[in-house]
Amino acid sequence: MKYKAKRKHSLQMGFGDQIKAYGRLHAQALFSSLGRLIRSPVTFSMTVAVLGLAITLAGGFYLLLANIQQLTGNLEASNQISIFLKPGITVDNGRKLADELASNPKVNNILFISKQQAMEEFKLYSGFGDAMDALTGNPLPNVIQVLPKDALTDDTLFKELVSELEQIPEVDFARVDMEWLKRLQAMIQLADRSVVILNSILALAIVFIAGNTIRLELQNRKEEVLIAKLVGATHGFIQRPFIYSGFWYGFIAGLSAWVLITVIVLLLQHPFEQLSELYDERLNVRYLNLKETLVLLITSSGLGMLGAWIVLHRQIQQLRPD
Amino acid sequence: MLVFDRVFKRYPDAEDALSDVSFQLEQGEMVFLTGHSGAGKSTLLKLIAGMEKCTRGQIIFDGQNINRITEKQIPFVRRKLGLIFQDYKLLQERTVFDNVALPLVVAGNGYHEIARRVRASLDKVGLSGKETKYPITLSGGEQQRVGIARAVVNKPKMILADEPTGNLDPELSAEIMDLFSQFQQVGVTILIASHDKALIDKMHNRVLHLDHGRLLQG
Repeated sequence: MKYKAKRKHSLQMGFGDQIKAYGRLHAQALFSSLGRLIRSPVTFSMTVAVLGLAITLAGGFYLLLANIQQLTGNLEASNQISIFLKPGITVDNGRKLADELASNPKVNNILFISKQQAMEEFKLYSGFGDAMDALTGNPLPNVIQVLPKDALTDDTLFKELVSELEQIPEVDFARVDMEWLKRLQAMIQLADRSVVILNSILALAIVFIAGNTIRLELQNRKEEVLIAKLVGATHGFIQRPFIYSGFWYGFIAGLSAWVLITVIVLLLQHPFEQLSELYDERLNVRYLNLKETLVLLITSSGLGMLGAWIVLHRQIQQLRPD
Repeated sequence: MLVFDRVFKRYPDAEDALSDVSFQLEQGEMVFLTGHSGAGKSTLLKLIAGMEKCTRGQIIFDGQNINRITEKQIPFVRRKLGLIFQDYKLLQERTVFDNVALPLVVAGNGYHEIARRVRASLDKVGLSGKETKYPITLSGGEQQRVGIARAVVNKPKMILADEPTGNLDPELSAEIMDLFSQFQQVGVTILIASHDKALIDKMHNRVLHLDHGRLLQG
């Protein structure tokens, strides 16, 4: 009985054996393809270098943008409105109005600056201190600084609040010093879109470079492919090591790109921190985090495999023994 | 084992390569296929191996209609066949072991199974101990025996040989034929295309004679 079972095993494959055989074929293709790549180091390192540079460009642009956004993200929090009161309004009336505004549900915080306070600040910071003393009266208005609720990031709601404030009879005008911030945000949006487009183009380039390298590899091993076909190799079997070559190209290029990006950020760390200090913030420069690193590696490996697959899909079918 | 039923093969803008060919091979038969060059010997073998499709007629191999199978099924038909070529078709940059192992690797066998069967196969063709050699270092006769070892390593139901002795001298050719006879004795069906008339006459086997794509005897 035992003998019979064993005999069957050698002639016919059961389901478990088939799965084992399948796993074995994959493992074998994965490592034999890496071995083959390493055996031609010049071709391999050149292709990896080209792919790695393309991935570095893509990842670098992304990270640059992420760092700039980190800077402006902190600016966004300070979208306050200054309302200038009419000249006839007294300090007491001004304070009363400020208290009223503080209970407005759209308002987060209120700061009343009387004309005297404003004058003192102006003397202190403007350098015209002595000249101010020569003035007979105080030409500055009373000001209320309004900080809207955080939820008011929506543009239309924000505008509504501004016009509401302007309609109060005591108010001369309201001023939002946000135009430059808006322009900056628009520019960042443009840069954001540009990075998406640029990275798509780079992704396409990676697919083509990997595909072309695999095509050349297939040409070099044409004879082997034909003989494998003659002894009963399926398309899957023939394709597998090449797909894994694509994987290795992408993966190792991705790893090199990660190293290169990290070195670049390391070099830029000091100037970046100096810049962030000018914004009264001490921001830490951002490196690729774990999630982004995984996305980088998976994407680059995937693009390498995709390039290989596109080429192989047609070419292997066209290779016929005769 | 193999049935040809009124098979025609026509290439575009050419005469019929095969015309109304019908014959039958029983299991364990060893048959020669002969004829002038261009008579259609290679075409006939290619049809069996699924390298070409016939224009008309039916080819049944091991109960399977070869001209009705899909592209995906072809590899599995080839695993039941052992193919031998005039130019051996060995991978020169691979060892003898790797060359013979290829059909087993392709089918997903484990390493121990492969090693055992490759050794048994090389032993049968008298090449024990040459596993780590490269084909280029072997003589023509030895290279063809590597080709034969590769063809039989997967225990095929049928061996197709296209001018297997075409590049060998008569003495080596006789040795190769001896090998084929041994495989026949253990039940393998063998079809050998050859135009070596002297050799065929010596063997006293059934002969299929092709002339301009038509079968004369059989």
